[in-house]
Amino acid sequence: MTTPFSSMLLVFGAGIIGSIAAVSLKSGANRLGGGILHIFLSWRVALGVLLYLLSSVLFVAGLKHGSLSVLYPMVSLSYIWTLLWSRVLFHEPFNRSKIVGLGLILAGVVCIGLGNY
Amino acid sequence: MIKFRLVSATSSVIPDAVTTVPKPLASPKSLTLVFLCTVIGAAAQILMKQGANHLTGAGLLGIITNVPLLAGYLCYGVNTVLLVMALRHGQLSVLYPIIALTYVWVTILSPMFFVDHLNAFKVSGVTLIVLGVSLIGLGSRS
Repeated sequence: MTTPFSSMLLVFGAGIIGSIAAVSLKSGANRLGGGILHIFLSWRVALGVLLYLLSSVLFVAGLKHGSLSVLYPMVSLSYIWTLLWSRVLFHEPFNRSKIVGLGLILAGVVCIGLGNY
Repeated sequence: MIKFRLVSATSSVIPDAVTTVPKPLASPKSLTLVFLCTVIGAAAQILMKQGANHLTGAGLLGIITNVPLLAGYLCYGVNTVLLVMALRHGQLSVLYPIIALTYVWVTILSPMFFVDHLNAFKVSGVTLIVLGVSLIGLGSRS
């Protein structure tokens, strides 16, 4: 099955937006007061949830056409974006286990994508 | 900035011998919560797929009377709350990649619920993800 460029673009966009959603949730979590109810009052958390929804809409739209073996690896790029944002915005340094671990995860997602073909 | 203030405040209180113990990049509680997220996230995906397969196509009424679909949405809601709680005490770059375990549960469980089967690619994928997540988890202890 050939994968249209539009599907790749949608899934690529879903990955980027998904990683920004994670950043928004993290920055909300960092500012959270005590008590579980505060989660529902944080606009950063709300923005994160909204971006996740947007990301999943794009992801589903992208998956309608095209092969999972191409599209799964593209969405898993969101793990790389998140690693980059974490370093730039939250000053979380890279270390060997994060980078090698992420490499193994990406390879695993590629394999599962191939297996679903 | 908050993080910086916390560090300087504790270092003046806790003696040097204690501060030399490396602080984990994510607390055990955070790691457990994210792990739980992956299980609930997988349940959400399977429930929603079940719901979508049995959708009678009656528009909004079809959706709001579809129990598996609603249960799936509920799981996603719980999932988000747990994820935010997890992110409070750990690095995003450690906790976020762990979510990839969702792929593992969905791949293993799908053959039990749908017309689906495991193959060599899927088994190697699952193994690689488990190895990667374990490495990140172990590396976060110091």
